[in-house]
Amino acid sequence: MLMEKSKDLGTPRRGWERGLEGRNGRHPEKPVREVTVSIDGKEVSVPEGTSVMRAAALAGVGVPKLCATDTLEPFGSCRLCLVEIEGKRGFPASCTTIVEPGMKVKTFSERLAGLRRGVMELYISDHPLDCLTCPADGDCELQDMAGDVGLREVRYGYAGKNHLEAEKDTSNPYFTFDPAKCIVCSRCVRACDEIQGTFALTVEGRGFDSLIQPGPTGEFLSSECVSCGACVLACPTSALMEKAVIDLGLPSESTDTTCAYCGVGCSFHAETKGTTVVRMTPNKESLSNHGHSCVKGRFAWSYASSRDRVTKPMVRRSIEEPWQEVSWQEAIQHVASEFLRIRDQYGRYSIGAVSSSRCTNEEDYIVQKLVRAVFRNNNIDTCARVCHSPTGYGLKKAFGESAGTNPFDSVDQANLIFVVGANPTDGHPVFGSRMKQRLRAGAKLIVADPRRIDLVRTPHIEAQIHLPLRPGTNVALLNAIAHAILEEKLEDRAYIESRCDLAAFEQWCEFIRRPENSPEAMAPVTGVPAETIRRAARLYATIKPAAIYYGLGVTEHSQGSTGVMCLANLAMLTGNVGIEGGGVNPLRGQNNVQGACDVGSFPHELSGYRHVSDEKTRRNFEQAWNVEIDPEPGFRITNMLSAATIGEFKGLYMHGEDLVQSDPDASHVIEGLRNMELVVLHDIFLNESSRYAHVFLPGCSFLEKDGTFTNAERRIQLVRQVMPPLCGKQEWEVIQEIAQAMGYPMHYHHASEIMDEIARLTPTFSGVSFEKLARLGSVQWPCNERAPEGTPVMHREQFVRGKGFFALTGYVPTKEKVSERFPLLLTTGRILFHYNVGTQTRRTPNSTWSKEDLLEIHPSDAEERGIRDGDKTELRSRKGSAIMRCVVTERVAPGTVYATFHFPENRTNVLTTENSDWATNCPEYKVTAVQVSRVFEPVRHEERVNGKTAKGRGAVPVAGE
Amino acid sequence: MIEDLVQMANQIGDFFRSYPSQAEAAAGIADHLRRFWSPSMREKLIDYAQRDGRDLSEPVRAALALLQAPAERS
Ligand code: SF4
Ligand code: SF4
Ligand code: SF4
Ligand code: FES
Repeated sequence: MLMEKSKDLGTPRRGWERGLEGRNGRHPEKPVREVTVSIDGKEVSVPEGTSVMRAAALAGVGVPKLCATDTLEPFGSCRLCLVEIEGKRGFPASCTTIVEPGMKVKTFSERLAGLRRGVMELYISDHPLDCLTCPADGDCELQDMAGDVGLREVRYGYAGKNHLEAEKDTSNPYFTFDPAKCIVCSRCVRACDEIQGTFALTVEGRGFDSLIQPGPTGEFLSSECVSCGACVLACPTSALMEKAVIDLGLPSESTDTTCAYCGVGCSFHAETKGTTVVRMTPNKESLSNHGHSCVKGRFAWSYASSRDRVTKPMVRRSIEEPWQEVSWQEAIQHVASEFLRIRDQYGRYSIGAVSSSRCTNEEDYIVQKLVRAVFRNNNIDTCARVCHSPTGYGLKKAFGESAGTNPFDSVDQANLIFVVGANPTDGHPVFGSRMKQRLRAGAKLIVADPRRIDLVRTPHIEAQIHLPLRPGTNVALLNAIAHAILEEKLEDRAYIESRCDLAAFEQWCEFIRRPENSPEAMAPVTGVPAETIRRAARLYATIKPAAIYYGLGVTEHSQGSTGVMCLANLAMLTGNVGIEGGGVNPLRGQNNVQGACDVGSFPHELSGYRHVSDEKTRRNFEQAWNVEIDPEPGFRITNMLSAATIGEFKGLYMHGEDLVQSDPDASHVIEGLRNMELVVLHDIFLNESSRYAHVFLPGCSFLEKDGTFTNAERRIQLVRQVMPPLCGKQEWEVIQEIAQAMGYPMHYHHASEIMDEIARLTPTFSGVSFEKLARLGSVQWPCNERAPEGTPVMHREQFVRGKGFFALTGYVPTKEKVSERFPLLLTTGRILFHYNVGTQTRRTPNSTWSKEDLLEIHPSDAEERGIRDGDKTELRSRKGSAIMRCVVTERVAPGTVYATFHFPENRTNVLTTENSDWATNCPEYKVTAVQVSRVFEPVRHEERVNGKTAKGRGAVPVAGE
Repeated sequence: MIEDLVQMANQIGDFFRSYPSQAEAAAGIADHLRRFWSPSMREKLIDYAQRDGRDLSEPVRAALALLQAPAERS
């Protein structure tokens, strides 16, 4: 059986419609004026500006259509949707005609039927009639329309000129383009322009000869196309079609779940046949992605069924020995008894765990419970440590809550967008597209980034100001902006006086006004001219609402937390917190960074960011868990490893994490792990860290589990099991069994019961349950009695901490400085097609686009070193070296080089230093002094020394690396 | 390990340098150490300060003095 399709109302929503009010607290800002019309005698009231087609659909009357769909602006090209309107001459197209009060519309008459059949005949005469073998059979709008208009014959015959022999473009690994099936409705072109904002497609030629062309190369793979899939979704025929559907046929069931790749948290329909996923299509109803997707979530999920998956538990006595497969029971017994032994032998603080922001809230919660209630200490940390811990610290200090302030939707209201150290079009593509829509509609843009990211200049968008600062000088730049705002008296006095802690503000003013914080003083430090800094300050302070979006380019610095507080200060200074269209918004790297932090994965905090020293909170947990909780903070990841090197830490449970690959200073990590007596790794693949592990517990991909993820806008969404776990157990079950084997009673029957417990014990989550999430689609915390459907914009009336706090943010230069030996500053980033260290995406056809990491270097720096575009270069820091091919480009400023790190043979942490954020120890990945030199091929020996990936993986061969 | 702790502590000290008075800076540093460092790490640092303390910055030393005060076990 084929699935039911969701209803297409033909043209996009205008204003607000009945039935959508209050959904997730989205109240209409202004009541819209309604217009009442009659469709075939049925009265219907719709918001002003609605099309006749949409009004008809809302009245339950379907008008035939081909070029219209409700995700795109109407176009009026197919002429199939003609209607009759009383008092109007001719036959207007219902998709482009707007309702007027009292309008009387007739959607069917003999005349209309004849006209529509004529249109269809023309289309069909140039369309192959191989419906029964067409991959879209049963899911084709052309077919539906032929049925709708009652097409019975084609008078033109098929002998004339046609496109039936046109060649198929199969270059894209995920979808094909078959011009023979194309009806040139241009829905794909509009999807690429309006939704994705890439402008890759054009209609070439006119009339009968017109043809869809991906530009500039004419072939999808090598064109500008970023493979987001929007055009495929919009195409009414099989002209653009997923290859998986061509191979497997149309899916028969659909389960809604959430993408496990990035902090946008797109919602998808996982469409399956049995337990095989056929395709993932973005969910139109979802407030995080509104029916859009990027190449990762839409297409790159085949890693879940990769042959590299390990599905049996494995144990070995020492890391020199090969792995032995064992039963689950044996593995769990072994883990439990070893942890108990180590704790007895070396004391209560000698064991701990690291959890992952790729895992669900329920999994992260149960891991920290294992540590606090069963291990009986607070040695729990999460990989959010290495990306966004400064966000938690900084925003908590300033506003009182460790989370971004506004929903993604709020960008629609922003009149100024300030992007700092983030690259949304690559890192958070679906939100990047959203931001581009707003920018094309006229919002102003300031970008502060060492590199000229795509957003600075892209089709129909140009940043008003780009501040190409030297890596590591965010705080200097942001202080100078604040200085200029104060100097020109552009601050929002009334807001500050009513909303902020005035004593702290006065102290801050005194500090920021000091001459050392002026744009003139900071210009030589940041490399940005004082006048440019002042222009940015003026623009930011005079346009409201102004929204700040920032990423790892702010947090991964020795002053990461200070940088976050600088942004908070700027937003409060200009009255931009607590309003639609404003705010301070972190773009989180991994999908569940927010959630992992929310549910208590840091050593000093219980769920909901409550410090372990807080008596009352501890009491609650102690009563619920029936154990005493340690009131002192435990070890962070680096502390665990340091303690291991001096023999004080002996056993680690690593859940979904690869410390060797993703944590700073690889040798420090390895030394720490080598000194432990028990390293348990719970993951879906053997990774770099597995070489130092004694136990491997197989995990589940997101398609195999139930739970929730919380995206960067605090939106909690369900993850649903689409196929049974390959290893036989969901991850929370494994952790529960370890707890039980260690003598602690734990009896959840389903992930939803874990969320119920989180809700009981966490005031900001008290209204959350799986049932509510299923009913509403999603909820943004805080969700409690006062906000039963969640809170889209935080700090509306007052800050969570009461008064907003201006912290003093002195600029302290990083210890990492350029020198004669290392004259360039390396900064790092990611690209669209790969995710993090690439463990998943490299195991999918996404590698078609990007097979290696690349180094970007400015022409003048390149010339000085005799380097040409495409050369192999060696990158050397005081920590280590890496080899990669280079691109000579003016995207980076002289003195700065930029590289991606998605491939294991080039580990960032081989180069980066031990420097870290002062407050949270978030590593300083964004600043490393390096030298670059050309290497002459062959370089195989060096690659091997540097790479060390292929060997030592133990019993299971790892393919594809 | 103690070098790491000293460096981390000094870095925390640097942040509080922009505070208007020594006393406020010391209190801020002490509070940070109490909230984010495990007891064993604090002990090691205090021990170092008493033994030698040469590489610790002035504000950090002042903060450690606060930590050793009777309030320590609270
Ligand atoms: S490829 Fe599909 S969407 Fe694009 S013009 Fe052809 S039929 Fe329409
Ligand atoms: S896949 Fe996305 S980027 Fe590529 S042509 Fe289609 S809409 Fe444009
Ligand atoms: S934008 Fe992020 S969440 Fe959305 S599909 Fe892409 S990777 Fe997944
Ligand atoms: S649907 Fe209205 S003209 Fe095509």
